[in-house]
Amino acid sequence: MKKRIISAAFLAFLLSNSVKAQDTKSDSTAYKKQKLKIEEVNFITSYYTQDGNNSAVTGGIGTEKLTDISNTLDIKVSRYNKKLNKQTFGFELGVDSYSSASSDKIDPSTVTSASYSDIRIYPSINYTVQNEEKRQILSAGISTSAEYDYFSIGANAGFTKFSKDKNREVSVKAMAFFDTWRVILPIELRNNPDPNFKQNDSKPRTSYNLGVTLSQIINKNFQMALLVDAGYQEGLLATKFNRVYFNDVLATVKSENLPDTRFKLPIGVRSSYFLGDNIILRGYYRYYFDNWDIKSHTFSFEPTIKLSAFSSLSIPYRYYVQTEAEYFKPIFQHQLNQEFFTSDYDLSAFSSNMIGLGYKITDSNKGLFQAKHFNSLEIRYGYYHRNNGLASHILTLAMKFK
Amino acid sequence: MTKKIILAIALITLVSCSEVKEYQKSKINDSDMELAAKKSEKFENTFMLYREASSGANGGKTGGGCGCN
Repeated sequence: MKKRIISAAFLAFLLSNSVKAQDTKSDSTAYKKQKLKIEEVNFITSYYTQDGNNSAVTGGIGTEKLTDISNTLDIKVSRYNKKLNKQTFGFELGVDSYSSASSDKIDPSTVTSASYSDIRIYPSINYTVQNEEKRQILSAGISTSAEYDYFSIGANAGFTKFSKDKNREVSVKAMAFFDTWRVILPIELRNNPDPNFKQNDSKPRTSYNLGVTLSQIINKNFQMALLVDAGYQEGLLATKFNRVYFNDVLATVKSENLPDTRFKLPIGVRSSYFLGDNIILRGYYRYYFDNWDIKSHTFSFEPTIKLSAFSSLSIPYRYYVQTEAEYFKPIFQHQLNQEFFTSDYDLSAFSSNMIGLGYKITDSNKGLFQAKHFNSLEIRYGYYHRNNGLASHILTLAMKFK
Repeated sequence: MTKKIILAIALITLVSCSEVKEYQKSKINDSDMELAAKKSEKFENTFMLYREASSGANGGKTGGGCGCN
């Protein structure tokens, strides 16, 4: 673990230092070291609740009731260095708190087990430097995430190049996450575990992502972006406290087992169009496939109506459809001779719809509610429904201070 | 089929591009026109990442955290 933390930090450090090294080569006597200036502070909080009847913990049948409260605070500060390149530093802290009825079924003999509720904490820092002369932006960052049975550390580095007229932009971003799971088995499997997965074992999961984005302004009202985001994961990709019940006469139960590698390739197109003077149309489409035989299409559309110079209303809609993973089968349908098996309905074939409503007020001159730095406030609600019965509600409040 | 759709979008995009000067970008620079997920979508994208098998190509989170509940 220590090695991973060091290698992730080293990756981010190398990039930021190479940028710093370039900056220190030239000297400017006119330059006075600038103080960092707060660019913006964002606070986002949300309440999420879901219910369904296909819990993976209980073999694909049983309550999926879950509530989650998520909060993030991010601060962005900037300054110009001696080459007049803009340096931006970003700090983010996230805290999520959830309670899950299905997680409590890992050990149903307890009234409320440790897994019934948990807190996840995830701080991150990012650094970018924008060179106007070279028309490029370099970025680097590190992140961590910690919860009861899971720890993650990540690093990222990115490069953006924009055209002279700033109408076209290409960016490349590489990310790596080095995670560690603490194996938690269903209570009845702890005395006779798989020799490879014992209760409280630590197992790694590593994820690599390489994303390329091409953005283009088409005309003064319309712009588009093409996004490609290849991903590769290795390590423990199964959730070991998920049960799978087999179709033999004894209804044998085992802990979920999935391959230890996965390759993913999503390709997306995003667009935004200003229609007339008061309507903005945002669209998004993504095609996704991976080597677990999952293919999916995501389509979303969000019209925003400017009610005045200070307020707007948006109506987001999203449709999603996926095929099932080749290792998925419902309860009592897996054969005992199968190597990989899951009854997690997140990996089943389904379609979903989400519709919502958002309202945003902004005042960059006087500030909202007579608070000078209170730049904008957005409230957003979404209702999500899956055709296998899972339904959820999410309410988000986002505040920006400048 | 998917390849043809992507090719058609790319062709339309390239053919219909016109030079837009900085002073003509008042609408393009509107915060609601941004070609990325909104800040207020952050947690929506996170729960969809957990509840669906697909991820990536939307500027959202693609790793870190188990998403196992």
